[in-house]
Amino acid sequence: MKGKAHRYGDHVNTDQIIPGQYTKTLDVDELAAHVLEFLDPDFRTRMKSGDFVVAGENFGCGSSREQAPLALKAAGVAGIVAGSFARIFFRNAINIGLPVLEIGSHDIADKNDLEIDLESGTVTDLTAEQTYQAVEMPRVMKEILHEGGLTAYLKNHGDYDL
Amino acid sequence: MSQTLTEKIISRHLGKSVQPGELVIVPVDAVMASDATAPYAIKAFQEMGTRRLWHPEKVILVIDHAAPAPNPRIGNLHALMRKFAKEMGCRLYDVGAGICHQVMVENEHVRPGDIVIGADSHSCTYGAVAAFGTGMGSTDVAALMSTGKTWIKVPPTIKVEITGNLSTDTSAKDLILFLVGQLGTNGANYQAIEYTGEAIKGFSLASRMTLASMSVEMGAKSGIVDPAGLTLPYPFEPMKADPDAHYHKVYRFDVSELSSQISLPHSPDQAVSLEEAAGTSIDVAFIGTCTNGRLEDLQAAAQILEGHHIAPHVRMIIAPASREVFNQALQQGTVEILSQAGATFITPGCGPCVGTHLGVPGDREVVISTANRNFKGRMGNPNSSIYLASPAAVAASALRGVISAPPDGSPSLQNETQEQP
Repeated sequence: MKGKAHRYGDHVNTDQIIPGQYTKTLDVDELAAHVLEFLDPDFRTRMKSGDFVVAGENFGCGSSREQAPLALKAAGVAGIVAGSFARIFFRNAINIGLPVLEIGSHDIADKNDLEIDLESGTVTDLTAEQTYQAVEMPRVMKEILHEGGLTAYLKNHGDYDL
Repeated sequence: MSQTLTEKIISRHLGKSVQPGELVIVPVDAVMASDATAPYAIKAFQEMGTRRLWHPEKVILVIDHAAPAPNPRIGNLHALMRKFAKEMGCRLYDVGAGICHQVMVENEHVRPGDIVIGADSHSCTYGAVAAFGTGMGSTDVAALMSTGKTWIKVPPTIKVEITGNLSTDTSAKDLILFLVGQLGTNGANYQAIEYTGEAIKGFSLASRMTLASMSVEMGAKSGIVDPAGLTLPYPFEPMKADPDAHYHKVYRFDVSELSSQISLPHSPDQAVSLEEAAGTSIDVAFIGTCTNGRLEDLQAAAQILEGHHIAPHVRMIIAPASREVFNQALQQGTVEILSQAGATFITPGCGPCVGTHLGVPGDREVVISTANRNFKGRMGNPNSSIYLASPAAVAASALRGVISAPPDGSPSLQNETQEQP
């Protein structure tokens, strides 16, 4: 996957990703319409489908709302790269089939071109010519992501398989 | 092998001894979703192709986040939940019953030693009754509704030992704001917290819920309060951590000198002594939420406001944590005192905490709140500011119209109330 980086800082919280008042809908396009609204109101107009959101530490802290990764995915974000993630967000993203890569401290700048290889878990900053290795996920998470999310996983397997 | 309380609870559910870092599939005792998360859980549950709930009586749905419905869209989501509950035969607590976590504890859907997963980040509140409670998202909860189990990584445990005695004008809220300030919003990421020590032994169930609820504000997976001193309306066997259990980290704080705390905008870990913000003019004073909407919280406010009236420019909003709390406060005259003082009572539930309705602040307005989060825009307007404090501090601030510490010697009721949480 190749796309542009949209760079944010540390502790991006779920109220910034999708404010609470917009979460009560089953229409994911409506979620997408408000994605990152409080953090970066121009994000929706600037981003292109297939781009990546890149952040520092503790991305997605706060609420358990699955609408947060859903909003990003529905907006066309192809994956999230961060120094680290809050645990519920990380799990939710995998469960809905949105790739999340934890790479520790990094220097990826806004608008840099990235290439992500999910098989090897590598994030390459094509602009800065630097490659980062993502922290390896548990096998069950890899399989859930590989199958497109937890719903598909359970439909296929009927149960968890560690 | 010696174990922390968290490890013991997980081990008991598996019938084998677990260690931190181990990936396990655990059976749970109950699963909960609110109107903020249940609609997506129901959708995922249906897409998974399951026809029946794993255990209808162990699946609890609560309408609390936007209750009563503020618009047709949310009205329809509530209707979807009611239809699902009826078809599946599971329990649904409808508008006005209260905040999901309060309802879960009051109605004994969660008991000591249980594992309970809720589609709400504050499900760590169940640590107040020494249960392992953790928040997950809608799809994980859908899977739980279908299978009754989930996968977790056994967390390393952080021990937080609280010694000394809280002064009479401070409460469990001041303590937890202080702790969040010390550890930071990711200070316990992926880890379990166990709170223990002399200072919290006398805590009521309500105060224990205040403490446990904000564990997630430090990124914790769970936050269990040592059940030593815990009283519940039913008998239980209190489990204990082994004395020589291994903790990932140990923090010790003496709280004898702890002053009233306040978290400055826009993060709960911006906790400072309240004096640093004293004098800031406020527009809204809010008492409620899963952190501080219980009887002792309303009583603490009433003690300060009895016979007085709030400042003319302040709107004071109170959302009792449950109908049970409201009824008790009504019987005791607490509601009358607060209403006479100028406070407005709204439906038991999450109220304005999640920014959907019932008190969205205007631009540049300042809110002092007993909630657990003050992220920018949390209450529905990114151009407003939210300060977090104790119920007594919110009441004192409403009275004076500016951020104010509770008067000296004002009661902290955490050691006295024996009522329901």
